[in-house]
Amino acid sequence: MPADANAFQTALALILGMDPVLLGIVALSVQVSLSAVLIAALLALPLGAALALWRFPGRGAIVVTLNALMGLPPVVAGLAVYLLLSRAGPLGPLGLLFTPTAMVIAQVILILPIIAALTRQQIEELHGEYRDQLRSLGVSRPRMMPTLLWDARFSLITVILAGFGRASAEVGAVMIVGGNIDGVTRVMTTAIVLETSKGNLPLALGLGLVLLGLVLLVNAAAHLVGETARRRLG
Amino acid sequence: MTRRPFATIALALAALSGTGLAQASDDYIVLASTTSTEASGLFGAIIPRFTEATGIEVRVVAVGTGQAFEIARRGDADSLLVHDTAGEERFVEEGYGTERADVMVNDFVIIGPGGDPAGISEAETVAEAMRLIAEVEAPFASRGDDSGTHRAEQRLWETAGVEPGGSWYRELGSGMGPTLNTAAAMDAYVMSDRATWVAFENPQDLTLLFEGDEALFNQYGSLLIDPERHPHLKHDLAEQWHRWLLSEEGQQAIADFTVNGQPLFFPNAHSD
Repeated sequence: MPADANAFQTALALILGMDPVLLGIVALSVQVSLSAVLIAALLALPLGAALALWRFPGRGAIVVTLNALMGLPPVVAGLAVYLLLSRAGPLGPLGLLFTPTAMVIAQVILILPIIAALTRQQIEELHGEYRDQLRSLGVSRPRMMPTLLWDARFSLITVILAGFGRASAEVGAVMIVGGNIDGVTRVMTTAIVLETSKGNLPLALGLGLVLLGLVLLVNAAAHLVGETARRRLG
Repeated sequence: MTRRPFATIALALAALSGTGLAQASDDYIVLASTTSTEASGLFGAIIPRFTEATGIEVRVVAVGTGQAFEIARRGDADSLLVHDTAGEERFVEEGYGTERADVMVNDFVIIGPGGDPAGISEAETVAEAMRLIAEVEAPFASRGDDSGTHRAEQRLWETAGVEPGGSWYRELGSGMGPTLNTAAAMDAYVMSDRATWVAFENPQDLTLLFEGDEALFNQYGSLLIDPERHPHLKHDLAEQWHRWLLSEEGQQAIADFTVNGQPLFFPNAHSD
């Protein structure tokens, strides 16, 4: 029997069945990826805005590096975090390896460059539009930063969603630093890998559809929030 | 109203920091083990019995044997259960482990396309079967990942006097399950541990063609990790797990585990 024909049924059965194991995996996936996105956004939004507003030596190199790091292979990020958090590594004494915290750290490293690089681009364009106006009002750069970030908030939501998409979809990093431990660090993507390796392709694909639905929900929620806010603003 | 999205984010942040990510309890050990034990469902069957008896949770990190050794060497696992006796003995000799004990056996089987183009089902020994595959240069999918199964497969080629190579010999660099998936897709011969094979659900045209030679015997060992080298590890808990595996209770739990009514692991700890 072909796996794809069964996957929709399996996905439906998974969702309707409200299996507690699956719910735990879904909850952990959302928790890890949302935490990573929030932390990355808090760091990357000001970083991106600062890169857009200030000119200093080495700025070009940082911009290029950030752009390049958008393509950082998850497995490399995972390996780096593994070596960092391993007992034999510099942060070993913290005992964070094979915990959800380690997975959040790895995902922050993956999505911080995405949010920072895209924020820089958005803010730079906006700054180009408003530069003369802001300057005539005598607004200093540190004061410009929150203003421009606020003004760009709708496009920045899309930027943050791009980060969330990357975080929830990747498997290479969380597999290495989380260890795919049942009930502790097993998330949607690592569960899909495990079921594939068992040859249980319908279940693997079904889990994939559930994950896709989840990402869709988060995006729809962000869209709704954005639209509502836009309409209220007139 | 415009501030609402940020209020929502702040709320979510507060909720996240309050819940979940904290560690539940300290009564757990991290066990580095192989994919065959996890994917076959053995751990799902025996660990609850251990947890019930001792209150200790066992968190399994299932990787290839090579990676499992590396995780243990770096002090990232409290306990180790793998199937590469030579490697395990070296682990103890190098001072990383203090004790190694036989826990159970299963066996390797040779899987291949139903048509059996190399005719290995007629072979007397596994060495002959391997030679036949090499002679007709039938596609052979090798793990190629330095796992216990990969190491065992290489020893078998050596015994058969064949140096595998060429376009028919495909090193996949993946775990047992993915290797079986790939072998099924390209009608290749493949060596698998019986546990993964029996629990595998995507065989397509693959079928079991050769089994039963003593050379296919697959010994699993449990290791105690040296407390002096890694004082932060939970040695007491790990030792309880190690002793339980070897105890009558643990051995019975292993014997009780079946898939489709078939026992997959045979306990063989030496009672002493």
